[in-house]
Amino acid sequence: MKVSALERATNYVVLIFFALVVLGPIGVIVSLAFGPQSASVAREGGGIHWENFADAWVIGRFSEYMASSVIVAVIVVVIAVTCSVLAGYAFGVMRFRGSGILFALFLLGIMVPTEAFIVPLYFDMRSVGLTNTVWGVALPQAAMSIAFGTYWMRAYFRSSSLAIIEAARLDGAGSFRILCQILVPMGRPAILTLVLLTFMWTWNEFLIPLVMSPSGAVRTAPLGLAFFQGQYTQGTALLAAGAVLVALPVVVVYIFLQRHFISGVIEGAVRE
Amino acid sequence: MSSGIASGRRATRLSGRAWVPYAYLAPALLVYGVFLLFPIVRAAQFSLFDWDGLGESTFVGLDNYVTVFQDGQLLEAFGHAFVLIFFFSILPLAIGLLVAAVLNRSTVKGLGFFRTVLFLPQVIAMVVVAVAWRQIYAPDGVLNGTLRAFGLGNLTRPWLGDYTFTLPAVGFVGTWVATGLVIVLMLAGMGRIPREQYEAARLDGANAVREFFAVTLPAVRGEITVALTLTIIAALKTFDLVYVTTRGGPGTSTTVPSYEIYRRAFEIGDVGLAAAVGIVLTIVVLLITTVINRIGDRS
Repeated sequence: MKVSALERATNYVVLIFFALVVLGPIGVIVSLAFGPQSASVAREGGGIHWENFADAWVIGRFSEYMASSVIVAVIVVVIAVTCSVLAGYAFGVMRFRGSGILFALFLLGIMVPTEAFIVPLYFDMRSVGLTNTVWGVALPQAAMSIAFGTYWMRAYFRSSSLAIIEAARLDGAGSFRILCQILVPMGRPAILTLVLLTFMWTWNEFLIPLVMSPSGAVRTAPLGLAFFQGQYTQGTALLAAGAVLVALPVVVVYIFLQRHFISGVIEGAVRE
Repeated sequence: MSSGIASGRRATRLSGRAWVPYAYLAPALLVYGVFLLFPIVRAAQFSLFDWDGLGESTFVGLDNYVTVFQDGQLLEAFGHAFVLIFFFSILPLAIGLLVAAVLNRSTVKGLGFFRTVLFLPQVIAMVVVAVAWRQIYAPDGVLNGTLRAFGLGNLTRPWLGDYTFTLPAVGFVGTWVATGLVIVLMLAGMGRIPREQYEAARLDGANAVREFFAVTLPAVRGEITVALTLTIIAALKTFDLVYVTTRGGPGTSTTVPSYEIYRRAFEIGDVGLAAAVGIVLTIVVLLITTVINRIGDRS
């Protein structure tokens, strides 16, 4: 399409404006994180205060919170992705009684907000002694990710080539061997996207760890940050450093694999 | 769902024995059933009881639901959620459509880089976003500092402590988070429109505005549906943003349903009522998304 040079220039002005709007608040928190902790520290000089991160790590107990987050994230990703691949395989390539209703049941889980089931979940988990444990925090998140993951993997298995499956079938491969040796290796991009989204949602989740571990025994990084903000009111440098620490793992992965995040969120949202 | 024909074509014999598919489903169904489906059923049950979380519970029928529609503070919270829909959803959609339409008129170099940046707020934990905006809105924060620097000192205020301005201030954080997502979605949709349609519209003498309403807007109906669904759900279940920035205050000026559920169940000890609010919130979410998708499908 032919457009004037003025219009082309407008495009860049618009894009740069919105990029700055997005990056501005992020820049504010990053610059605070590298700034002096107090007026006396400022007087000592030094432009970039790396020590804020070490101090936040210790004072804000982020080593503890990040460890909890890593453990919870690993459990959720392993359980959710494994279950989703298996269930998506059944829905994607097999015919069986009740598949329509069962799949609709999984779709429901994508729509239902956490707030709908968190209240009874807490009291039932408390009565079986699962609150304030890693499993109490991880398993509900795994269940939520399975709802999306099953939907996501089903779409992949439906698009996978029937001819290849039939050929393997004729060679005498069982359904589990076909899954492990053909479909999973071929589906690496789809599975990687699911792993990334599950990791991101789990790492960023707030309500479930807040409710399921009221004693703070399993406090994940976002909660640690929220409580750090409540307790540590003097000076914003350490708080900002903590915020950067909490955001960093996902942002670093995102910068390298942004295609998977963007396509996952957008395609995943386009339900049938 | 077009599963009928598709699955007929896919009648593979992979499921040699009848139980095989169910064996593959079992692990997912177990985790999903125990930790999500069953609690939803329990929520419906809880909502019929009056319980403080510790002592005996008493059956009260639909009383909790009557309370949801009579309790001024709960109604106010739902009202706030609808205000947030404007900031999280309507405003980003309007901006997203406009910006994407402008950008779509010619090829832009480096669009991939900008897309990565615009999408960035989606991957940052909401708690981090909330902490960042608290600093910006602080009485001596960046926003007031900037206003003073431009000689607009009389506009400065404690943004998160003002009865009139706190809800819009919290809402604007949602605008900040959602707008990039909507722009990226709209660009993807508009990128799929065949160029010939624009050429034809031009030959008919359409200007940029006519082009937008005649060609672009009808073509991205599906993407608009997706954008509205995603952002409205995000608006209705905002919890962490409110918890970290205002805790519903000042007064009750920024409470939202999800925050009320948390507060009633775990701070006040009105568990049955909290469960009822959760069920009502779910019905609102399902209703709104169904209506949006019905309208969007009519294309």
